[in-house]
Amino acid sequence: MFTAAIITGLGLGSMYALLALGFHLTYVVSRTVNFAQGSAMMVGAVLGYTLCINWGWSLWLALPLTLILCGLYGLVIERWLVRPFHSRGSQAWLMATVAGGILVDNLALFTFGKEPRQFESSLVNLNIELFGSNVGALQLLIPLAGAAIALALYLVRRYTRLGKVLEACVQNPRAAMLMGINVNRVVAIAFAVSTLFAGVAGLLIAPLFSVNAEMGMLFGLKAFAVAILGGITSAGGVFTAGLLFGLTEALITLYFGSAFTQIFTFALVIVALAIRPNGLFGSQALVKV
Amino acid sequence: MATRLPNLQRLLFPVAAAVTLNMAVFGGAQASEPPIKVGLVAALSGQSAKSGEALTRGLTMAINEVNASGGVLGRPLELVRRDDESNPSKGILAARELVQREKVAVLFGGLDTPVSLAIVPLVNQMKVPFMGIWAAGTKITENGAADNYVFRVSAVDELVDEALVKYGVDNGMKKPGMILINNPWGESNEAGFKRALEKRGMPNAGVERIQDSDLDVVPQLTRLKNAGADTLLLVGNVSPSAQVVKSLDRMGWDVPVVSHWGPAGGRFGELAGPNASRVHFIQTYVFTENNGAKGDALLAALKTAYPQIKTLADVTPAVGIANAYDALHLTAQAIEKAGSTDGKAVRDGFYAINEYDGLIKHYTQPFTPSKHDALGPDDYLFTHVVNDQIVPLKPEE
Repeated sequence: MFTAAIITGLGLGSMYALLALGFHLTYVVSRTVNFAQGSAMMVGAVLGYTLCINWGWSLWLALPLTLILCGLYGLVIERWLVRPFHSRGSQAWLMATVAGGILVDNLALFTFGKEPRQFESSLVNLNIELFGSNVGALQLLIPLAGAAIALALYLVRRYTRLGKVLEACVQNPRAAMLMGINVNRVVAIAFAVSTLFAGVAGLLIAPLFSVNAEMGMLFGLKAFAVAILGGITSAGGVFTAGLLFGLTEALITLYFGSAFTQIFTFALVIVALAIRPNGLFGSQALVKV
Repeated sequence: MATRLPNLQRLLFPVAAAVTLNMAVFGGAQASEPPIKVGLVAALSGQSAKSGEALTRGLTMAINEVNASGGVLGRPLELVRRDDESNPSKGILAARELVQREKVAVLFGGLDTPVSLAIVPLVNQMKVPFMGIWAAGTKITENGAADNYVFRVSAVDELVDEALVKYGVDNGMKKPGMILINNPWGESNEAGFKRALEKRGMPNAGVERIQDSDLDVVPQLTRLKNAGADTLLLVGNVSPSAQVVKSLDRMGWDVPVVSHWGPAGGRFGELAGPNASRVHFIQTYVFTENNGAKGDALLAALKTAYPQIKTLADVTPAVGIANAYDALHLTAQAIEKAGSTDGKAVRDGFYAINEYDGLIKHYTQPFTPSKHDALGPDDYLFTHVVNDQIVPLKPEE
């Protein structure tokens, strides 16, 4: 039973980690975050459901299109809800992205419908015996997919030209601009990738959960807590914090009961941040004087 | 002049048509009398929107029948709806607006116990009868007010809990585990379950909480299993209830599940998967192939009024439709007995109702000053979901 709780925790944690990596990515590039991350996750699940179940498209056609549309959603957010405010030094992007997320949630409520729906997948009913516990195959796939995406992000940043461009923007956007790098485009790509990650999380979670217009709200909030806990400037830190958060939730529920899950988990977050104000793996930003 | 007469004749047709339509809409009621407004404050959007739709359908069908037979006090009834979005503060605002601006004679409530509990003090203070037609929280009608204006044609948590525990015991339950939604509805039922178990000197395997956002409830269920639970007592809306079934499947734990009526609130068959039928839950009414004369007539009228209803699977949640339908007819009788729409007179009018042959049952003096709930444990039936349809359980099941 301990194994089942660990798998549950790792699955949940990977979801938080994928959303939180989105927060990390936009923050390091532009010092802004997209508070519509939760809604992007919902968009992934709802679009996947609509294309696969309602329209009967093949999974191999529906999934890439869903992810492309999720990426476009990120571009729209950056272009219309972040750039106009951020370029003038205003912090209004914060409220604009919150509002954008609520708007899209309500649009989904209006178009997709008010009832939760089930994204059926043959993987859901496939159980594997692992250390004496029955574990769903999809539950195992989620942390693996999460880890693979985090690894891909690391490799892209470390070894590709795009990664070097991104790194230049992270280290000194002004110098990068003077070197001929189109910083606005890099920021837009960061937003597109962040909502794409959220879309992947939505698609992975949909068969285990139910698809509904309000599914992303709480996940988005918890993922932001994870991003802060991990130290938003550290990709590895954010991913590890996501897994820790999910595992903590599952183990507290197993050993202390579900009445204490949220109380203990968030109390631990507060204690961790009191001890390490920049997050578990973050470092204090250098201020040049 | 010779040319004006044909024009007048041409005008006569639309005028006659309009008058006929007016008569048809208001039936035999005197069209010159202003309508008596009744209000509905319920979730018309969000995840519980389907419940609001069912309540609207039940009320509308009954209003059509009342109006077709001459209305109440010679006046037609008119339904005014407001969306509470399952939010207590929005519910209070909507209730106040309906009472003060729309001047509704009676207010009907929706699915959410927290919203109804928030409206109760307001209606008691403003002396406007409030009829609960879904929310089952015990304290809605048993609210402790000296002058109580709150009535209900629906299940009552405390009585449901007793009925669920009795059903479990009849089916061999010795040590149940409780898995409850983490909100006031879950709390209300926890108290009810514990009272029903204490009465029988029966131990329990613990209480676990679930919520709408729970992806997996294996840890909660594992605790109950390790504590020796032989039956699960479940209280939750459709999504979390479905998560319980899916998690049980994953664990391979074949345990009986006895539930409050949450699974009736949406597409439980689809959400919970092939083992949805393992959850046995209570209802006050279900439409079947054979519903008796009244039920069949209502089903036919529903199909005519709402063409999207094609099969029995489309008339869910039936409890919402049936509770609303009977409650509206009882309300019409109460206003008739009161002889006016004055709040206190209508409240006393409810006490004066002797008989009503309703959809759910034959009501005999449904309300007295000490009894504001028209339905009791004998009116509950146990059902489960088979092929997306809620069907009554046969005794051997």
